[in-house]
Amino acid sequence: MAECSDEAQAELSDKEKKDIAVWFLSNAPVGEISYVAKDIRALIGDDKLYDMAASEAFPRHNKAHLLILELPDRSGDVIITGHGEIGKNQYLEPRTAQVATVDHIKQVCTGLRPAMDDELPSPYIEEFRYALDVELCKYVAEAYPKGISAVYCTRGKDIDGPGNDFEFVAIISASKKSPRNFCNGNWRSVWTFEFKDETQLVGVKGKIQVAAHYFEEGNVQLDTKNEFNDSTIFQSPEDCAVQLTNIVRHHEYEYFQSLEASYLHLPDGMFKDLRRKLPITRTLFPWHNTLQFSVTRDISKELGIGK
Amino acid sequence: MEAALDLMRRIPPKKSETALNALLSLLPHHSSDLLSQIDLPLQVSMDDASMKEFLLCEYNRDADSYRSPWSNKYFPPLEDGPLPSEELRNLEVEANEIFSIYCDQYYEGGISSVYMWEDDNHGFVACFLIKKNGSKGGQDKRGNLQEGSWDAIHVIEVSPDEDGIAAHYCLTSTVMLSLTTENKTSGNFKLAGSIRRQMNLDLSMAEGHLCNMGRMIEDMESKLRNSLEQVYFGKTREMVCTLRPPPEGVQICLPGSRPI
Repeated sequence: MAECSDEAQAELSDKEKKDIAVWFLSNAPVGEISYVAKDIRALIGDDKLYDMAASEAFPRHNKAHLLILELPDRSGDVIITGHGEIGKNQYLEPRTAQVATVDHIKQVCTGLRPAMDDELPSPYIEEFRYALDVELCKYVAEAYPKGISAVYCTRGKDIDGPGNDFEFVAIISASKKSPRNFCNGNWRSVWTFEFKDETQLVGVKGKIQVAAHYFEEGNVQLDTKNEFNDSTIFQSPEDCAVQLTNIVRHHEYEYFQSLEASYLHLPDGMFKDLRRKLPITRTLFPWHNTLQFSVTRDISKELGIGK
Repeated sequence: MEAALDLMRRIPPKKSETALNALLSLLPHHSSDLLSQIDLPLQVSMDDASMKEFLLCEYNRDADSYRSPWSNKYFPPLEDGPLPSEELRNLEVEANEIFSIYCDQYYEGGISSVYMWEDDNHGFVACFLIKKNGSKGGQDKRGNLQEGSWDAIHVIEVSPDEDGIAAHYCLTSTVMLSLTTENKTSGNFKLAGSIRRQMNLDLSMAEGHLCNMGRMIEDMESKLRNSLEQVYFGKTREMVCTLRPPPEGVQICLPGSRPI
């Protein structure tokens, strides 16, 4: 990132200012980009530059954080992700087969239309996609109070029968925003399923990211991620759907458990390694009487006290 | 400035140095405000004269050199770098000795430094710094990584009363904490944060300034440590449980905490 040169009051170039704005916007925690936007707009002091930065940073941020937007006709929600990006600012909602037009900066859907046939998978592929979607939906409804999921065919959507490979990506996005309680967070899962005809296996790759931000009189952020690999046999659409969902359910549950374990380990492990609650003597530090300490602990040698 | 400070509360703590540099270049006329109100993890330097490490901050800096509390010299060497008065320097020396024992007691390691300077109102300002690096020495055999760091900055403004019996102490403390673990089963887990608090007290000078300041700092550090552990980390954990409640209603989250 561009840094101010030491030649004192050298004004930043427009490009440097815009890059700084983009950096701040891109690093906004989930659900807070609008607050960061307000601040950086005031600091940049140039609406034209800010608009340029916003149009570059907002789409990236929305896609990275798997933003969920309600469809204009309230028939459901659309997840903003590169996997469902049909065209500029146009995102496919596979369950209802619609395409939403999105205003990234205002973070709303501005238009909706049915998807065209060439934007949708073939009936053969759709059978698999639909079965998986139904199973995943059930899982997401039980595991996440505010989770939304979608399954996209990212490769091979025009295949009309067995004998070929294809690939799906399933996305689970759950977020919670409580700005009045100074707390925001989200859970993002991206699962890739590679259906391989030759080996008759489905390869599974998963990536889960969890983030949380608490900022009442402070700034504390949790940022975690993990990746998973698994596989199952290539079977009928319904059997695949059940198996794949089981795999997802298993890994996600284990990951949640490991997060809890990390938190439980904190007080006695890492935290204690940094700073004890009390000295080993279990009493407060004797500020008025440190000479006693230094003699008994032989610190005087270390400090080289030479008064 | 308000916008700048709000940004600093939202940007990930680990990126605060980049953020501060960006703000400094956007607002060059506010640089002294920004530098005094925004804290960054402390950097360490070596005092070649006394062969000890010392911490760097705005309060011991002049131009590009920093004054060591052990030898009272600037590194790299600087002609006419400001020094505290002899009386204050004596207090500073004593403070550094005692504070390093305190540091050893609570931190079992770590580096400490204390800097003092006169202010305009017949009082003085003291800044107590601690840096503890808890890393378990990089990756172990199984590729597990555990890193942690604690940086504490305590700035106390001391204003003796006219009667010379008591003094007013205003303490502003910032703690910056970072914990990272990485291993095959749980992936990458990073928890980082900073909090800042203030404490104002009027105390008798009977036991001396060091005693008063020391006790305030000890009290504040304990409060901040507990706050970070229970409230701050606890809230992020609660958020995870809210996003994905544990099965069978198992109560893992903090009891009695405010619902999100």
